[in-house]
Amino acid sequence: MPKVTIDGHTIEVPEGTTILEAARKIGGDIVPPTMCYYSKLKTSGGYCRTCLVKVSKGSEKDPRPMPKPVASCRQTVMDGMEVQNITSPEILDARAGVVEFLLINHPLDCPVCDQAGECNLQDLSYEHGHEVSRLDFRKRTFPMIDIGDKIKLHMNRCIMCYRCVKVAEQLCPERVHGVLNRGWDSEISTYIEQAVDNEWSGNMIDVCPVGALTDKTFRFKSRVWFTKPVDAHRNCPTCSGKVVLWYQGEEVLRVTGRKDQWGEVDEFICNECRFDKKKTSDWVIEGPRHIDRHSVISQNHYEELKKLKQDLSRQKKLGEKAHN
Amino acid sequence: MSRKLLLDNLDKPGIQSLTGYSDNGGYEALRKALQMKPEEIVSEVQKSGLRGRGGAGFPTGMKWSFIAKPEGVPRYLVCNADESEPGTFKDRYLMEHKPHILIEGMIISSFALGANTSYIYIRGEMMYVFHILQKAIDEAYAAGYLGKNILGSGFNLDLHVHCGAGAYICGEETALIESLEGKRGNPRIKPPFPAVKGLWGCPTVVNNVETIAAVVPIIKITGEEYAKIGIGKSTGTKLISASGHINKPGVYEIELGVPVEEFIYSDAYCGGIKNGKQLKAVVAGGSSVPVLPAHLILKTAAGEPRLMTYESLADGGFATGTMLGSGGFIVMDEDTSVVKNLWTFAHFYHHESCGQCSPCREGTGWMYRILNKILNGKGEMKDIDLLWNIQGNIEGKTICPLGDAAAWPVASSIRHFRSEFEAYINNHGMKDVKHYYRLNNLQEA
Repeated sequence: MPKVTIDGHTIEVPEGTTILEAARKIGGDIVPPTMCYYSKLKTSGGYCRTCLVKVSKGSEKDPRPMPKPVASCRQTVMDGMEVQNITSPEILDARAGVVEFLLINHPLDCPVCDQAGECNLQDLSYEHGHEVSRLDFRKRTFPMIDIGDKIKLHMNRCIMCYRCVKVAEQLCPERVHGVLNRGWDSEISTYIEQAVDNEWSGNMIDVCPVGALTDKTFRFKSRVWFTKPVDAHRNCPTCSGKVVLWYQGEEVLRVTGRKDQWGEVDEFICNECRFDKKKTSDWVIEGPRHIDRHSVISQNHYEELKKLKQDLSRQKKLGEKAHN
Repeated sequence: MSRKLLLDNLDKPGIQSLTGYSDNGGYEALRKALQMKPEEIVSEVQKSGLRGRGGAGFPTGMKWSFIAKPEGVPRYLVCNADESEPGTFKDRYLMEHKPHILIEGMIISSFALGANTSYIYIRGEMMYVFHILQKAIDEAYAAGYLGKNILGSGFNLDLHVHCGAGAYICGEETALIESLEGKRGNPRIKPPFPAVKGLWGCPTVVNNVETIAAVVPIIKITGEEYAKIGIGKSTGTKLISASGHINKPGVYEIELGVPVEEFIYSDAYCGGIKNGKQLKAVVAGGSSVPVLPAHLILKTAAGEPRLMTYESLADGGFATGTMLGSGGFIVMDEDTSVVKNLWTFAHFYHHESCGQCSPCREGTGWMYRILNKILNGKGEMKDIDLLWNIQGNIEGKTICPLGDAAAWPVASSIRHFRSEFEAYINNHGMKDVKHYYRLNNLQEA
């Protein structure tokens, strides 16, 4: 099995593993951020360029470094490969540049966006973005459209990650939406306003890293960090039926798939579970959902409080140490 | 006058037709090639030192040797005739006047690679060339050069011309393959390379028109003889499409190694600058390559005369050098505005970006808007640094080379002509920059 070293951490992974997957196995700060890659969707990734890394040694056989930064989500590892992510200043610069590109045409309307709090782009810009925008032109805008009766497409917020296109290709019986036009003007849309209507289409909402595709049954109901996530399941004939219910008081505001720490769902769920089953009596409750992300959505939970206490006591100890 | 291998016999009547072409030595190379083994042809091309004429300059023989040969899987040869680089029009000229040299080259190359189906992907705007090629293919089928059992050799080949729908990006080999498959012309993420997984998931070689046409003289005169033309690793002849402020714009076939000065000023080639003006700058290989000011294009930074070769033009890296690229030689005289020229290029790349990856989609449009602002007299000094920064954030970060191609002209224009940008900003988009130089008694960059 090939051995790869990422920022000084060496790991042995099966043949054909990507640099990104290897980094996720190591975990921690060295995992490159992703906006378009989705491990559950085939051929996803490579478009957003936030996961660029530097390959400082190609492999044991061919130790030459790669001439350009590579997309870690698509580049497979070779034996003896050495990769630099956060230890390379040029990669951090490149990433900041990419984040700036993603943000220049983004409306930054987080205060009125339903995705705020669980938005990958928000997290990314906190970590890698600039404080101010250097764009002094009008941002491009598109009219909002309904794709299907349950999904709203807010194209202004889209970062063209192609994830929803892959969902339509790989889960849905047919794809009736895709990318129209070219370059700066390219947009996700349906062919002549055709409605996206099939039992898996709701997963486009889950895979969308920003607030471009939102759940019309949840729009403007609540900020996500005010809702309480609860694991639940039901006996569903179409999908696995394993979901997360988002409560406000007694009311189920929305139903989503179970997202892991990378923001990817474990299993895709069907539209019946997502849109039609919004009563507690429809579900078997398993218990509180553990949200393992450093986004705003992780706030307000007891676990965070525990972590905060730990952090505080550690800081106190450090302070005492410095004092002595 | 240099030796002509591709554009020879252009003055002969009927050279466009099969009979005219055959009367002047056409399809002799094919007869010779079919007597050889495919590997011998590949090694002949390797010996010739032929390098890809589409822009990157990758050794063709090496590219051919990389093609995967799994059992029971067809292989394809695709000719890239999607010539859309601003300043480059050599392939169109060749296909228009000698379509049969391309078809002969396609048959020989397909035979060498073991491809039984080959495609010529032609740019949508060149519809009339499409018809010329189609007619030539029909003639070749009728004469038995295409189809089953070509000239009794047992080799079968079907050749198709496919018309693109008008996108610069489809000149990138993987986008071309996507487009040929009937999909949206977005470049694929490499690896896998087309030599392993290309058209319909099968091993594929994509070559430029001129590269494939050059196989014909290589077989005719042997690879060793071909390698004697040129200097060092730049062997053979190259078509250069010269345009701009010169007395004799057009397509020239040169032996690689001609000094740039001779190419611009000699009567055999461009014939000097129009109206007796001074040379200001040259884009040596199509709009993507860095623009160079007169003193750097005629002589390298070390003071040696610059030659029309891959190595000499690239001498000094991007700081003081450029690239041979696809041979689109654009000459600008002293009255030309580099900023305006850059605006035109930036508009082009903004329009042609496919929008798949973020740096190119957003960056090209942003750079175009900044240049627009500068030309309209609303630029600020910080915009120059911003442009520099944006091009740096695009270069090398994208899926395909379109991002680099959009970034390099911006970088080189600022690097060599920064004072002109400043003049535009200080004078609120003043049209006549030369006038500004005279007024302020400044040296031109």
